[in-house]
Amino acid sequence: MATPIPERETISLPPDGRPLDDQPAWRRDFPIDWAADQDVERRDFVKFLTLTSLAFVIGQFWIAGQRWLRRRADAPDARRIAAASDVPVGGSLVFEYPNPHDTCVLVRVTESEFVAFSQKCTHLSCAVIPKPDEGVFHCPCHEGVFDLRTGRVIAGPPPRPLPRILIEVRGADIYATAVETGSV
Amino acid sequence: MAPPRTFSRAQRTPIVQGMLAFVLILVVLQLWLLTATMNSYLGGDESMVWPAALASLVCFLLNAGLLRYLRRLEKTRA
Repeated sequence: MATPIPERETISLPPDGRPLDDQPAWRRDFPIDWAADQDVERRDFVKFLTLTSLAFVIGQFWIAGQRWLRRRADAPDARRIAAASDVPVGGSLVFEYPNPHDTCVLVRVTESEFVAFSQKCTHLSCAVIPKPDEGVFHCPCHEGVFDLRTGRVIAGPPPRPLPRILIEVRGADIYATAVETGSV
Repeated sequence: MAPPRTFSRAQRTPIVQGMLAFVLILVVLQLWLLTATMNSYLGGDESMVWPAALASLVCFLLNAGLLRYLRRLEKTRA
């Protein structure tokens, strides 16, 4: 069996002369010798990293919990936005859906085609402005540009498309029926 | 049964440094997993939520196992 190398770096001795294992915890946790101190530092750093690792796991399961809650929540009710005749071709209308503070924008692209998206830019939540003549939504804060028909990012810093509001034309009225988020 | 192997401080140091490097890599991997999961979840892609959570849990269990081994290592000093 290999002979262990003696602890040559140990210089200081506890006042009572007993070995380190018999010393109180505070003396073991705050050693005087450099080598022993580095041991404690590394051990404590591993402990800290393991706690950080636990925090990340909690974060992951929190996301999973949010997903579960989102699925459990009922789909928002369909709501009348406006009469079709209220929005001219090339015009737009701001409305709130599904909650009172979720502002969205409805655009009449052609005589029979309506599109609606959340008005919050997916970059930093500034309000996007529809520009039907250019076929885009423009975010003036950081020059983000989204496609008018699909909500897809065309230019600028936004990481995701605009959430789409599903629209139904029932008779002469326009209804918002659901919110659809997409990653591409 | 063989007696537990003992290590001097000089022998323990590279073992602890290696473990530290491994733990650090796993924690960085978990950080990447969390940010990637959050990004895709907010973008409406929920398919990777559970696989990422389980992968992160496995990383944590590995880290906890290494910490446990480190504490045992401390007790078996020469």
